[in-house]
Formats: sequence, structure tokens, C-alpha cells
Amino acid sequence: MNQSARPDETLLEIKGLRIEAGVSAVLVDSIDLVLRRGEVLGLIGESGAGKSTLGLAAMVYARAGCRITGGEILLSGKDLRTLDAAGRRAMRGVRVAYVAQSAASAFNPAMTLMDQVCEGPLRHGLMGRKEAEANAVALFTALDLPSPQTFGRRYPHEASGGQLQRAMVAMAMSCRPDLLVLDEPTTALDVTTQIEVLAKLRELIRDHGTAALYVTHDLSVVAQIADRILVLRHGKMVETGTTAEILTAPSSPYTRALVAERQAAMSGQGIAGAPRAATVLAVEDVTIKYGNLTAVDRVGFLVGRGETVAVVGESGSGKSTLAYAAVGQIEPADGGFRFGDALLPPSYKSRSLDQRRRIQLIYQLPDIALNPRQTIGDILGRPVAFFEKMSRAAVRARVAELLRLVGLPEDFTVRLPGQLSGGQKQRVCIARALAARPELVICDEVTSALDPLVAEEILKLLKQLQDELGVSYLFITHDLGTVKRIAHRVVVMLKGRMVAEGTTAAIFDAPPDDYTRKLLLSVPEMRTDWLDEALERREIWRAGPAPAIA
Amino acid sequence: MKIAGHRVPVTVYIGGFIVLVTLIVILFAPWVAPYPQTKIVGGVWDLPDAHDWLGTDSIGRDMLSRLIYGGRTSVTIALVATFFTMLIGVGLGFLAASTNKLVDSILSRIVDVLLAMPILIFALMVFAVLGTSIPIMIATISTLESTRVFRLARAVAMNITVLDYVQVARLRGEGVGWVIFREILPNALPPLIAEFGLRFCFTFLFIASLSFLGLGIQPPAADWGSMVHDNAQAISFGGFAPLFPAAAIALVTIGVNLIVDWLLSIHALPAGAGAEV
Repeated sequence: MNQSARPDETLLEIKGLRIEAGVSAVLVDSIDLVLRRGEVLGLIGESGAGKSTLGLAAMVYARAGCRITGGEILLSGKDLRTLDAAGRRAMRGVRVAYVAQSAASAFNPAMTLMDQVCEGPLRHGLMGRKEAEANAVALFTALDLPSPQTFGRRYPHEASGGQLQRAMVAMAMSCRPDLLVLDEPTTALDVTTQIEVLAKLRELIRDHGTAALYVTHDLSVVAQIADRILVLRHGKMVETGTTAEILTAPSSPYTRALVAERQAAMSGQGIAGAPRAATVLAVEDVTIKYGNLTAVDRVGFLVGRGETVAVVGESGSGKSTLAYAAVGQIEPADGGFRFGDALLPPSYKSRSLDQRRRIQLIYQLPDIALNPRQTIGDILGRPVAFFEKMSRAAVRARVAELLRLVGLPEDFTVRLPGQLSGGQKQRVCIARALAARPELVICDEVTSALDPLVAEEILKLLKQLQDELGVSYLFITHDLGTVKRIAHRVVVMLKGRMVAEGTTAAIFDAPPDDYTRKLLLSVPEMRTDWLDEALERREIWRAGPAPAIA
Repeated sequence: MKIAGHRVPVTVYIGGFIVLVTLIVILFAPWVAPYPQTKIVGGVWDLPDAHDWLGTDSIGRDMLSRLIYGGRTSVTIALVATFFTMLIGVGLGFLAASTNKLVDSILSRIVDVLLAMPILIFALMVFAVLGTSIPIMIATISTLESTRVFRLARAVAMNITVLDYVQVARLRGEGVGWVIFREILPNALPPLIAEFGLRFCFTFLFIASLSFLGLGIQPPAADWGSMVHDNAQAISFGGFAPLFPAAAIALVTIGVNLIVDWLLSIHALPAGAGAEV
């Protein structure tokens, strides 16, 4: 289909699209967009901006509870909204295909990957079994999947997350669609895997001349792959332009804030290492096992007073396990934690009230870290009353003080967590940790569930609280941008082992080992030529001694 | 109309009406019933007429009055038994979910053993040994039915105990009591309330079956199960007598079920989908 098409022909045109949910909620409002053949349009926005909803609308699909209530969706000039069920079925997968965010949950675990990739062409009667399989193998090869001839025989659980995401791309491309809808296809992946998927995805799209709607919240990712960008907020278009225009000269204040946030994330150099004060927490050769599996293997480092130590690693590196062991939720098999002068008992059950008070943990997902049936006043009041045994009036005053400290209005005490936004909930979690007057706060991916602008505010707040209260942070994260902005020191973990430790500046300027170097190279930067450069640098790095990065 | 942000369907109005009328009638039985429950007012199995609206029973007592007083016994015993069922089941279920593995294993295996035995047969065995009285009946039914509630309560609590806010409370050093009553219970209430209604239906039917077998409430006090039993013969003579208590049993069960179905449907909705369905 693609070969015969003229390159500048309009493929998809959306006019005045309106999507509603329920009675009154408008998810997407009066959106217009034009997509030419072979062009990639990035849809950018924070959660709830309507970007996924808009992406799915390109297949005239609305999620349960949502309705497309206005506008036209023209694919090659034909309005898809007028199609009946059979017409839509014939179009989906064949002309427009979809790649979901989480490939792991999008595959049928009871079918081999080959069966699932061939399902589209077979069901739509486009190819015979043999042809479909040859096509799948060709796609596996193009996507650089291991042993493409036999890869299809695997079941989903036999492939890694990055491989599954690529297999899903193969599935979407199996009918050679004109348009791909990619819904955050690399968001769930580790950075070192993301770069692979991104590179292969871009290559495939270019080779096949497929047009794509690329839905993401990450400007750096979209910069690598999109020709144009459309910024969405609250279901409305904020602005649109070529990728270079949006990144270098954004016109609306919202886009400017997004770009500035990203730039700040990339340019931070860590907090200069002041001379190290007294040690608050000493991690001493901690080994943690789950059955026979060693999750953390002889890790040891120090956290000083008023210092932020970031523990960085990809999923499965054991960084969160280490955090849970520090608060006593998991017991180490060997080694231990020394707090001040005393060695901490391995389990929280045998720690004293004071030992429990002095280390606090903030969780990744504020949604499940706050009891939905307790008011904010109760959530914050309980630890105050529990640790300090104060009178009711004193507890109330302290709760008000805590709310002020994290920048929330005092009348929030009567609210329930469900009435707060994600960022506000995370502030409450921070206030709850501070209620105990801790010396060390362990932050487990505290910003990764938040939108970038909100996350930036939270980081600022944490830094400001550190300056005011002199509290130390053990910062568990996978995001190197976060590390650059907040950490004095960095610990890099890989598969349970500590591979590098040092001041943030030292680690970033001269990564001491291959893995750290690879990790740093894989963080996307907000320039359109970053991916090419990174791939090139990686080729050199693979071939010989690694060059220091600028 | 909406309750807690959920649209109330017509079936719930019907169920609510049935339950409300039943409650009012049995609560004010002495004022509502035309005759005392043991007074003989006519012949055996008189057909319904203006004097006895639902006719008379096997020894000539007014069917309507007996139905009203009988409802008192049947519904009250079922309510008390359900209450204890929930108390035992939820209490032990939460304990199993929120203490340690050993407690959980012991409780769960005991429950498995009890679940393996047919409930009616087990109850008959207990009555054969201990005799039949209302307290023994309530104790037996609560114990047996609570095994079902235990399963649900444990599963619901298990899903909640893994959430971070429960971990926060535990790491702070809160006791089991706080964790169960402050952190878990408030979040487990919706499915448990629905379960209360469902268990009531089962208990109610179970008591009716026991009475029908002559093992439940002893005469002369009326209850719906034994009324079906006592008047069963009337069918052969073309009378309606056993149909009235049987219909009453069915009606109350259906009424409660209509409400429970709605409660369960709310609970089954995905988070955030509440308002529109």
C-alpha cells in the first residue's frame, strides 16, 4: 500500500474531535490535526491530558465509558466514524495498528509470540500461514530480536520486557499498516533497553514509510522520533509545530515550562559535595536473599548528616529491596545497617520506638500509601501522637505546621486522600514522614509516578526541607535526571551489586565502569540528533575502550 | 436518586420496599396481626375469606396472624445468626490476614475441614448430639456459615494488607488492633456489607429448611419453615395454606437479594467508574 502512495499525501485528518466520558467530563475537545504519509507526530502531555484517548480515536476506538461525540476522523479522506462494526474491524490492525504501553500485559500468555504476530495477517486474510511467518521473521530480524528464526516459538514469559515491546511492534507492523498508534511504547522500559527499542522502532517506521502517532510524556524521547509535536493539556491543544520549533522556541508558557523542566533535569550537576559530616546511616556489606536468589549482594556505603545519597539502578537491580531492608521490612541475610553508633536490629519488630522514628520511608505510589478512609488530619496526626505522645491541641498545631512545611493549605486536614491531586498526595506522604522528626528519609522512586512539572516541584520541596531541617535522604531512583538535581553522592547498582560509588559530579564526569557509562549514555537528551550520536558512541564503546562523554 | 454517588436502579426500590414492609410488620406484630398466634379461629384449612384473609392452618388458627408472628421468629433468628456469622468470620479472617503465617495456616486449615462437610448434614449431626434449642441452632449455624465469611474476609484483608499505607502503620509499630480496625476494616466495609446481606439470605433459607425438617423452632411458636411443614398436607385437599409461608420465605429472600445485587455491582466496578453506571 505504501509503495504506491505519494509521500506528501494526507493520511489522517482529524477535525474538531470531541470525546466525552460520563455526563459532563470532556476528555478531548476540538482537536484538529493532519498527518501526512510517513510522518511521525508526537502527542505530548501530562497524565489526563487526553493524549492516549486521542491516539485511540485514530482507530475510532474509545475506551469503556468514553464516547466520541463530535468531529471527523478522516483516514485517506474517508470518515471512519461513519463505518459500521465490520468496517471498523477490517480497518483496525490492517490500516491502523496499535502498540500499547505495557507489552507484558498486552500479550496472551498462552500463545506463542509467532502465533500472536501472525494472527493479524491470517485473520484479515492478507497472507497465508507460510507467508505470514516469513514476514514475522523478517520483522524480528529488522527489530534485532535474538535468533529471529526461532524467536517466535517463545511464549511471552520467555522474553524480556524490551523484547516483548519489540515483538509488539512486530505484531503491529505485521499487516503493514499505513498508520501506527504508539502509546508510550518505551515508558515501562529501562533506559538501556529503551534506546534499543527506540532505535529499531525509528528504523522500521522509516523503512516502511509508516506514519505514526507517538504518545508520550517524555520530550526527550519524542525528540528522537517525531517530525512534528502536538502539545496537549486538559484535552485541548496547547500548541503544535515541528520538533525543532517546539524544543528550541516553544511559544506557549506551558510548553516553555515543560521544556525548561527537561533542560534543568539534563543540565544539573548534582549538589557539590560539602565536606562529609557525621555518618547517619552506614550500610555494611548488606546481602539480601529471596530464597536462592540474591537480590542484594554485599553492598556497603555511608550516608552523612544532611546529605543526599542516590541509589541508581534499573529494574531488578535490588535498589528498592535495599530501601525496604533499611526500614526493617525485609531482613538481610548478611551484613546490616548501623545508625549513628548502634547496629539496627534486622526486623522493624525488634527495633525500638526511637529507631523506628529516626528512619522514615516515602513510597513510590502516593495513591496506595495513604489510607483512602482517613482524613489528612488523621493521617498526619497519628504519627505525631504515636511518637511524641502530645495533647490533642499540640497534635493539631503540629499537623498545621507540617502542612505549612510541605506547602499545603491548613484546611486540608478535613479532606480525604481521594480529593487530592497526585502531587498533593505525595506532599502529604512527605509530611507524614517528617511528622516523626526523622534523621534519615528514604525516598523510594518518589517522583516516578508524577508528571514532570509536579515531580520538579516535589524535588524542590525535598531540597528545601533538607536545607531547613538538615535531614538526610537515601534516594532510590532509576532517573538520572533526578539524581543530577538532588544528590550529593551516587551509588550505582547492577543486578544486586554495587558497581560504582562517589560524588555525583565525579560519577557523571568520569564514570568509573562500563555499566555506569552505558547507563549515562542511554539517557535521552532533548535534541533531535541525540539518538544517532548515542548509537554511534555506543558502537565505538562496544568496539573498544570507552570514550569519556562530554 | 443517588446514594453515595451511585444511581439507584428500580430493583433496589422494590427490594427496599419488601424489606421495609416486612420489618415494620414483624416489629409491630401484636398491633398488625388480627388475632393472637395461638388462637383457634376457624376450621382446618379454611380457604381465604373476609374473616381470615389468608385462611386458617392445620388446626384452625388464622394464617395471616401466624405468618406475621412467624416472620418475627424467622427473621430475628436469621438476623442474630448472621450477625454472629459475620463477627466470627470477619474477626478470624482479618486475624489470619494481618498476623503471621502460622496463625493463618492453622485457621485456614480448620476452615478447610469445616468447608469439606455438607453444612446441613453437619448441622443435623450437631442437633442429634446436643438437641435442638434456639441458642444451639444459632451457635451451630454461625459457626458453619462463618467459614464462608472467613474466606471472603481473609481475601479482602489480604489485598489491603499489602498496600503501602498498612505497611506504614506497621513500620511505625502499630499493634494488630490498630491495623485491623483503623487501616483494614474501613476499606473492607463495602464487600462485607454486601456479604452480610447474602449470608442473611442463606441463613434465612437454612433455618427455614431446618424448621421444615422439624428441627428448628418448636411449636406452638410459629415460624415460616415449620408452617410450610405443618400445612404441607393441605395441598392434597386443594388448600393454599403452605403456599403463604413459602411465598413469604421467597419474598424476603428476593427482597434482600435485590439490594445485595446492587451493593455487589457497585463493589465490582473498576475504580473511578462509579458515577456513570
